Amino acid sequence: MNKAGERLWNGLVKENPTLVLMLGMCPTLAVTTSAMNGLGMGLTTTAVLALSNVIISLLRKMIPDKIRIPAFIVIIASFVTIMQLLLQAYLPSLYRSLGIYIPLIVVNCIILGRAEAYAYKNPVIPSFFDGLGMGLGFSVALTCIGAIRELLGGGEIFGISVAPSWYVPISIFKLAPGAFFVLAALTAIQNKVKRAGEKRGKDVSKIQSGCSSDCLNCSESGCAKRLIEIDTTEMEKEEK
Amino acid sequence: MLSQVKDLLIILVASSLVSNVVLSQFLGLCPFLGVSKKVETAAGMGSAVIFVITLSSIVTGCIYKFLLKPYDLVYLQTIVFILVIAALVQFVEMFLKRYMVGLYKALGVYLPLITTNCAVLGVALTNVQKEYGILQGTVNGFATALGFTISIVILAGLREKMEENDVPEAFKGMPIVLLTAGLMAIAFCGFSGLL
Repeated sequence: MNKAGERLWNGLVKENPTLVLMLGMCPTLAVTTSAMNGLGMGLTTTAVLALSNVIISLLRKMIPDKIRIPAFIVIIASFVTIMQLLLQAYLPSLYRSLGIYIPLIVVNCIILGRAEAYAYKNPVIPSFFDGLGMGLGFSVALTCIGAIRELLGGGEIFGISVAPSWYVPISIFKLAPGAFFVLAALTAIQNKVKRAGEKRGKDVSKIQSGCSSDCLNCSESGCAKRLIEIDTTEMEKEEK
Repeated sequence: MLSQVKDLLIILVASSLVSNVVLSQFLGLCPFLGVSKKVETAAGMGSAVIFVITLSSIVTGCIYKFLLKPYDLVYLQTIVFILVIAALVQFVEMFLKRYMVGLYKALGVYLPLITTNCAVLGVALTNVQKEYGILQGTVNGFATALGFTISIVILAGLREKMEENDVPEAFKGMPIVLLTAGLMAIAFCGFSGLL
C-alpha cells in the first residue's frame, strides 16, 4: 500500500507532469479556457492513463521489445476511443467543448511517456497508481490554469461569479493569446525556482523548462528517436 | 464550378490565417517552439510539414471515404489514422532516401520529428469532423500546414532579432518565446475579420 501512496505523491507533486516536467503542453493550452474544461480534460486523460498503464503492464512480457511503441499506441488509442464514445453518450456538453482535443489525447506525451518509463517495467498495481497519480497531477494543474484564465478573463470560477462588481474582465485571457501568457508566466516561475534550487545545491535535473524539452524532446530522445534507431540498426543489419 | 472554387479559397484563407493551427488551435506547438531558432531550419521544418500533412490528408481522406464509411467503422478512426500517419511518415522517409536524394537531404532531418506532431492527426480529424470531401480535405491540409509555416518562419525571424536583447533573468529561454508567441497570436486575431 505504501508503494501506491508513493506513486500518487510522485505524480501529484514530485514529478507533476504539467508543472514540473512540462509534458503535454498542447492540450494544456488549448482546453483551459475554463476550470470546468480543464477538469474534464484532466479526468478523461487520467482514465486513459490509468487503464492503459494497467493493460500495458499486464502485457509487458508479451509485447516484443521492437514493436512496443506501435503496440502502446494501439492500446492507448483504443482507450481514447472508448472515453470519446462514453463522453459523447453521457456528457455531450463537455464532449462538444473539448471537441477535437479528446481524440488528440492519443498523442499526449505523458501517456506514451509513462507507458515507456514505468508501466512497461513494473507490475500491475504500482502501474495503475502511477497512472492515477500522474493523471490527477495533470488534472489539478489543468484545473488551476483553467481557473486562473477564467478568473482573469471573465471574473468567474467554475461558472460562478466571484469578482467584485468593479472588476473589468481582461477577456484576452480567455482567447488564444492568454494561454501563451499564462504559460510564459508559469515557465518563468519555474525558471526562478530552478535557479534558486541550483544555488542551494538541490537536484533540479527533473525540472524541465518549457516546451523545448516537451514533445520535441519526446521526438528527439523519445519515441521518434527510437524509431530512427530501429531504422538505422535494421539498415546496418541489411548491409552486413 | 465557380462556387466550388470559392469554397476552396475560403477554406484556404480560413485554415492558414484565421484559425491558425499553432496560434489559435495550439496544435504542433512543440516543433513551433523547438525548431524556431533560425529562419532556415524553420523554413525547412515548414516545408516538411506542408509535404507530410498534404499527403496524409489525401491518404486519410481516401481511407475514410472508401474503407471506414462504407463498412461502418467510423468509430475506429482515431486508431486507424494514428497508425496510418506513423507508417506514412516512415514510408515517405524511406522512399525519399531511396529515390529522391536531393529532397531527402533538404527535408530528411525533420521527417522523424513530424511523427509525433499532433497537427497531422489534428488535420485528419478536423477533415472528418467538418465532413470535407477528399479535395476539400487536401486543400484544408495544405492550408493548415501553410499557416504553420508562416507562423514558424515569423517566430524564427523574431527570435533571431531577439538574441541580442537584454531579457530579465527568469524570462530567458522559453518564457520570452512564449510571450512572443502570445503577441503573435494577438496579431493573428486581427485576421478574424477577414471572413
